[in-house]
Parts: sequence; structure tokens; C-alpha cells
Amino acid sequence: MIPENLFYTKDHEWAQINGDTATIGITDYAQHSLGEITFVELPALKKKLNVHDVAAVVESSKAASDVYSPLAGEVSQVNDELSSQPELINQDCFKAGWLCKLKVSNPDTKHLMTAAQYEEYLKSI
Amino acid sequence: MSFIANTQEQQKQMLAQIGLSMDGLFADIPKEFLEKKFNLPDGMSEFDVRNRLADLAAKNHIDLTCFLGGGFYDHFIPSAVYAIIGRSEFYTAYTPYQPEISQGTLQAIFEYQSLICRLTEMQAANASLYDGGTALYEAMMMALRITNRNKILIDDSVNPIYRVMIHSYTKNLSIELQETKNDQGLINRKALLEKLDDNTAAVIVQNPNFFGCVDDFTDLAEAAHKKGALLIVSCYPISLGILKTPGAMGADIVTGEGQSLGLPMSFGGPYLGFMATKKDYVRKMPGRIVGRTKDNQGRTGFVLTLQAREQHIRRDKATSNICSNEALCALTALVYSSLLGKDGLKQTAQLCADKASYAWQKMTAIKGVKSRFGAKWFFNEFVLELPANAAEIAGKLIDKGFAAGFPLSRYYEGMENSLLIAVTEKRTKQQIGMLTESLEAVL
Repeated sequence: MIPENLFYTKDHEWAQINGDTATIGITDYAQHSLGEITFVELPALKKKLNVHDVAAVVESSKAASDVYSPLAGEVSQVNDELSSQPELINQDCFKAGWLCKLKVSNPDTKHLMTAAQYEEYLKSI
Repeated sequence: MSFIANTQEQQKQMLAQIGLSMDGLFADIPKEFLEKKFNLPDGMSEFDVRNRLADLAAKNHIDLTCFLGGGFYDHFIPSAVYAIIGRSEFYTAYTPYQPEISQGTLQAIFEYQSLICRLTEMQAANASLYDGGTALYEAMMMALRITNRNKILIDDSVNPIYRVMIHSYTKNLSIELQETKNDQGLINRKALLEKLDDNTAAVIVQNPNFFGCVDDFTDLAEAAHKKGALLIVSCYPISLGILKTPGAMGADIVTGEGQSLGLPMSFGGPYLGFMATKKDYVRKMPGRIVGRTKDNQGRTGFVLTLQAREQHIRRDKATSNICSNEALCALTALVYSSLLGKDGLKQTAQLCADKASYAWQKMTAIKGVKSRFGAKWFFNEFVLELPANAAEIAGKLIDKGFAAGFPLSRYYEGMENSLLIAVTEKRTKQQIGMLTESLEAVL
């Protein structure tokens, strides 16, 4: 359930880096903990985010949680599908349920975990 | 500590159990905060207490004919209001915890929200807030959240009591609060439009404003929206029976004091703050919201909705620290409005306006008395410019049996001789005539 090619945070966000674009979302563990997701608040386009800035808010019937940016960059695209179908995050959190894309240059990933490290981390919590 | 229902013997046992003395138990509290004397008189018998309270109550001038307004108004309250809200199922001022078990209360709140939406012509209302002033503050904070900006414009024709509250709340926040000075009793359009910029979160105005003058803010809403700012309108619900609604003007957030909807005037409340907004902003709205839904057997039911924004779930990230509502006051407003109905509300508003207009004509005909702002449109309140100090005149009129109005010098410079007079449907032609005569006599 944990895709190999992504980076992960302790707050259960993932990032996929493709050239100078990073796609951001929340992990299966996060969507499962939140339960049925009812609303997603996405960032404004061109918003500049630092690592750990609030990138989005994901709301379920149980809680509203901040999603922190795993990387620094400028918001270049948001997943508009989520406004009418927030459940995409529950159904397919690593693909169709992505939240936003950041324009990044030479992204620093030292603070992020690999899939194997994240899997270990999940066992520890 | 006599209010704690345990005996000295029990206290001794409890302290022994935890191995502390009474002083030891409170050792962490600095000595100066442990003052034992509260300067209270000795205890009295019930009979003596009743007499004492009756003496104190008798000091109130409850028999004055009321021409006082300024945000709170002396409207007629049908007895049926008390009969309905006094039912024990309803008679608590507080919002229900474990709310879904109280379906009747939730239905009442849902209907109240619908009432506020219809009155203001807005799309969504919350379950109520404490009063008109805190509701306006919450609206301001909501605008800051929506726009991610930090500048607020407010005209000084907005109720000064609300402005004082907003200043107190925001004193230690990094908000740029700019006030414009009214232009002859109406908002200072020129100054507001000049100050409106890309960092402005909201423009705050009131209709009818504190001087009673009526305005149409459609142009201001358009100007604000062009700059990405919101328009917040504070309003007087009874006036909405006949005036253009904030919703029709394009307001983004509407608040107000709900006292005029069946609540008596009393010093300090409890009062009722209402708030309504556009559907797009519902998630940024503070407070509780009741929704109507169906249960798993298809039966209609009511629930608290969008709770994930609230502080018991979102903690420090909550939309607001308001997690409660004025349930009984909201119910009162609902019952009052339902008893009046659409036509009754219109009629009440029309009576207020007509009687105020009559009073204005009579009083501005007194020699030396003028209308402070000329012949501007007003609803049920207007400002008289007297030839003498308004506070002194109002004092003299108390002896004649009138709460004649609100002397504006308390909040506005250069208005020492200005008296704000309110007229509701309760005032008779005779009472208006008597106030006019008395005013003429004391000048």
C-alpha cells in the first residue's frame, strides 16, 4: 500500500518529484485515520510554501486536519476534482486524490522518508 | 468556602487521604490571591433579602415612557412568546450538549436559522452568537480568515458600543483597523473608497446606522468585491420588514442584535447576536450550525453540522472559540417572528417608521430644535439638534416621565447638543405629543 517512488513525512503526507514539479497528497494511513472525507480546502495558486507550512485542510466527519507541505515551492496547480469529489482521497489517495502541485527547484529531500523508512515508521506508531 | 457542600469533618478526611493541610493544598497559589474577605455583608433572612432587593429594584425608573434606542428597542412582546419559551423542554439559555438527543431544540434552532436567512436574504445562518457586538467582531474575524488579509475599514456611523467591543478584541492582534468619520449622518463613501485597497479584508457598515439613517450599500458591495474585499453589514432585524435587505445589497456577511425580536430590554442581556453569510463561506462561519437530514430509516432529523471546524475537535485551529449559542434567545426570536408572521413584521416596521416620521415632524417644529442631518431618510430613529446640552435636557425629561433619548456626546465629539430619539410601534400619538410638549417646556 506504500508506493516505492514517493517521499513521506511523519505527518503522513507524500510527495512525488518529477523534474521541477512536486505532487503532494496524504497517505493511506492518513485517509484511513480521518475517515470519510467531506471537504478539502486547497491553497491559492502561486502561493509560496515553505517546508511544513499549511498547504491544505482536509475535513472529515470526525476532524479537520492541516496538511503540511513536505517541500518548499510555489503552488502551480490544485486538484479541482476534489471540490466536488473529496472522496477521491479515500478511494485513491496516492493518485486521483492528489492535493496540489508545487514548482520546486533542486528540492531538498533529506528531511523526508523513503517508502521503506515510512513503512518502518508506521510500525513504530 | 460555605458554598462547597462538605463539612469540616469531611474536609479533614479528604486532606488526610492525600496527606496535605488546607494551606498545603493551596500552596501553589500566591498569597495575595488567597484573599479570604470578599467585603460581603452578614447573612440575612429570606424576608430581609426580599425587602432589600425590592428597595434596590425600586430605584429603577421602570415607568418612564421609552424613546431610547441606540441598538436596543422597546417593542411589544406578545404574552404567547413567554408562554411558549417558558416550557420546561425549552427553558435553558444554553446550547444542548449531546445535542442530537434534543431533537426539539435542534429543530427550533434550524427554524431560527431559516428565519434569519429569510429576514436578511442570505443563504446560511448560524445557531446564534452572544449579541450584536460580538457577532460583528466574529464577522470581522471571519472576513480576515476568508481573504487572508489584515486590514478592516469601519465607518463611525456603526454602533459605537460595537466599535468599542471590536477595538477591545483586536487591541493585541496584528489587524489594521481604520475608522472613517461619517459624512453628515451617512457613511463616508469617499474616504471608504479611498482606503479600500488590495489588503482590505472587509468594509463594515450598519443599516439603519447608529443615527437612524437609511442607506443602500449596493455600490459599496460592488466596490469591495472589485478589490477582493467583503462587505459586512450590521442591521436591525425589525427594519428588514420594509427596508432593502443586506442580501439584496450584495453583503457577504450580515450580523445584528436580535433583541428587537421579542426579547425584553434588560441591563446586560441576555441578548442575541445573529449572523448570516453566503453559502461559499459557510465553513469559515463561527459557531454552531444545525442541519436537517434523514436517518437510516428515512426519517427527518436534525444534527449539528460542520462541527469539525469547532474547538472541541480542531483545538487551537478552530474557526472561532465560539462553541455555544444563545439557544433560548434564538427560540424567542423565532417564536416572536412566527407569531407576527410576514405581514405582521412588515406592519410593525411600517408603524415604527410612520410614528418616527410623525415624531420628527412634531419635534423639529419646536422653536430652536433642528434635525441634525437635515431631511435624510431614517427608519425609526433620528437625531435632534437642541439649543442646549442634550444630556442635561434628557436628565430634565426623566423628571417628566420620559427616557427621551440617547445623548450622542457620550461617543461623538462635537455633538453635545445632539439627542438620538427612537420611536417604536408601542409609542402612541399622545405620548409623542406629550414628549414634544415636555421638550419644549424644558428648553
